[in-house]
Amino acid sequence: MADTTGSGANRAFVRTETLPQAPPPLSTRGWIGWLRENLFSSPLNAALTIGALYVLYLFVPPLIEWAIIEAVWTGASNADCKGHDGACWAIVPARFGQFIYGFYPEAERWRADLVFILFCINVAPILSDRLPGRTFAALFIVSGFPIVAGLILFGGIGLEAVPTDRWGGLLLTLVLAVVSILFSLPLGILLALGRRSEMPIVSTFSIAFIELCRAVPLITVLFMASFMLPLFLPEGVNFNELLRALIGVTIFASAYMAEVVRGGLQALPKGQTEAAQALGLTYWQAMRLIIMPQALKIVIPGIVNTFISLFKDTSLVSIIGLFDLLLVAKASVTDPKWLGLEHEAYIFTALLYFVFCFGMSRYSLWLEGKLNTERRD
Amino acid sequence: MSADIETQAVDRSDLSDEVMIQITGMNKWFGDFHVLRDINLTVFQGERIVICGPSGSGKSTLIRCINRLEEHQQGQIIVDNVELTNDLKQIDQVRREVGMVFQHFNLFPHLTVLENCTLAPIWVRDTPKVDAEQAAMEYLARVKIPEQAEKYPGQLSGGQQQRVAIARSLCMNPKIMLFDEPTSALDPEMIKEVLDVMVDLAETGMTMIVVSHEMGFARQVAHRVIFMDDGQVVEQNEPEEFFNNPQSDRTKLFLSQILSH
Ligand SMILES: Nc1ncnc2c1ncn2[C@@H]1O[C@H](COP(=O)(O)OP(=O)(O)OP(=O)(O)O)[C@@H](O)[C@H]1O
Ligand SMILES: [Mg+2]
Repeated sequence: MADTTGSGANRAFVRTETLPQAPPPLSTRGWIGWLRENLFSSPLNAALTIGALYVLYLFVPPLIEWAIIEAVWTGASNADCKGHDGACWAIVPARFGQFIYGFYPEAERWRADLVFILFCINVAPILSDRLPGRTFAALFIVSGFPIVAGLILFGGIGLEAVPTDRWGGLLLTLVLAVVSILFSLPLGILLALGRRSEMPIVSTFSIAFIELCRAVPLITVLFMASFMLPLFLPEGVNFNELLRALIGVTIFASAYMAEVVRGGLQALPKGQTEAAQALGLTYWQAMRLIIMPQALKIVIPGIVNTFISLFKDTSLVSIIGLFDLLLVAKASVTDPKWLGLEHEAYIFTALLYFVFCFGMSRYSLWLEGKLNTERRD
Repeated sequence: MSADIETQAVDRSDLSDEVMIQITGMNKWFGDFHVLRDINLTVFQGERIVICGPSGSGKSTLIRCINRLEEHQQGQIIVDNVELTNDLKQIDQVRREVGMVFQHFNLFPHLTVLENCTLAPIWVRDTPKVDAEQAAMEYLARVKIPEQAEKYPGQLSGGQQQRVAIARSLCMNPKIMLFDEPTSALDPEMIKEVLDVMVDLAETGMTMIVVSHEMGFARQVAHRVIFMDDGQVVEQNEPEEFFNNPQSDRTKLFLSQILSH
């Protein structure tokens, strides 16, 4: 091979070290520098900044006035808000129970709280790297935890039975979101692997499944799960409406997840699999130890994106009559006592959705940052 | 520098007559493309073979057939008395005994150097973690980078990465080592550090098949040099004979091309 590389390094006119950085000029430092650089760097930019400030001036003060200054915070019905020119937040404390638990009996609501706490305990080692037992926690959360949580929420043995048609509000939304998120990821991983499998039966099935699920709207899947599934089941077998919705949403989400995961698999060089094979690792060992950790890391933003849209899509279950957070909000303002408070009810609902979705988004950013420190190349 | 080793390299007396790899009448196609034609090759235990030949001649494909990264369609490959068939158990058995070093290292970037080395012993050989780590440190010392054990591959130079890759394979205690152009992705100044490690390995009596155009290395350690072209083994001989007295025109042409550089 001809040695053409590196010959420039010894030429006298090529500087071999980097110069130390000079401090930036005063006018680019501090907040004045920041303003200048970001908001007033050109006449157009300055005009846009001033225009945006004017729009904010038009909208923000009235909003603050409505939402905070003129708002009524307590009261027994919308009558207490008469004569005020602001938001009637009184609906939130008054209907808080329904927003959170739906029609879950008041005396039994501690069970939902307990499940929530158990969930937090179970999920903590999975999300954090400072706690031990991640593998066990991850296995438990898709095996033991749903059973325990189901028993506590559903009751029956020792506890008062609470049929699922009484579950509602945030509780129902979280049940739907958590279950479909937890199960769609492993299912999606399996489908993604199946799609790339060399076995024709497996790959054909995976492709058909993924394409079919992606080609229909979630509402259709829910309708089918709710109305058509019973037609195929033997007479007398009638399984729970919520369970059917859960299966529908999970299957739907797993198809999307599969495509996200496949993107990560395709981004990995073939050499990774080959090196694993050459070392004698079995297919599943290679996937678990080498391929998936890298592929999933690449697609964290896509996975979390799917989680977030899944979380919000659970609101579609109201179509088949499940009282999720959104339907509870809608129902609360048909109560004559709170008639006409759509704004307040929906803003509160939106805030709840925001808290969870924003939380997921921030977590994914943190996770990406953390995983990136492991590799500098 | 290597005059005494050269004479030693021609000496085949340190070879046992135990056959490690036996390839008979092997053919391979990629679709319609006949990539390997009637390959016959016997490799004895402790034998070191260097394979060279023009790009696309099938060198990589041949050695990848030996650990079944590629599947052959005709003929027979027997590695350490195990025939390579569709039987997954036998494939795994062969892969446990055959180490491979790739052109582009293929280290696992999400694992530290030490974890790269201990992964297979722990999961494939069920070695306890402490033992695997101890062995890994010994091999890392042998490739002269024990101090990098806690780093990630992305933090190392190409030459260091390739030495880790060699250590990673050695940690499985393989009977055979395959090298697919281990130095051709490296900057010139790093080639030597990798070749030195390979020469050291050769001195331990490891059975090695090396696809390489490093003719100095071939002269120094190979028992046999094989020239491939167009999917066929065109010529094979002891290094001195091979380089000084090539038989076929294709070999002569090839040698004149690589030696003129
Ligand atoms: N997976 C594949 N599918 C189809 N053709 C392939 C595949 N892998 C290799 N080939 C072809 O087979 C031929 C031999 O490839 P191989 O990689 O074995 O050559 P090589 O001798 O190692 O060449 P190089 O020196 O460039 O590495 C080439 O023509 C290549 O294009
Ligand atoms: Mg090659």
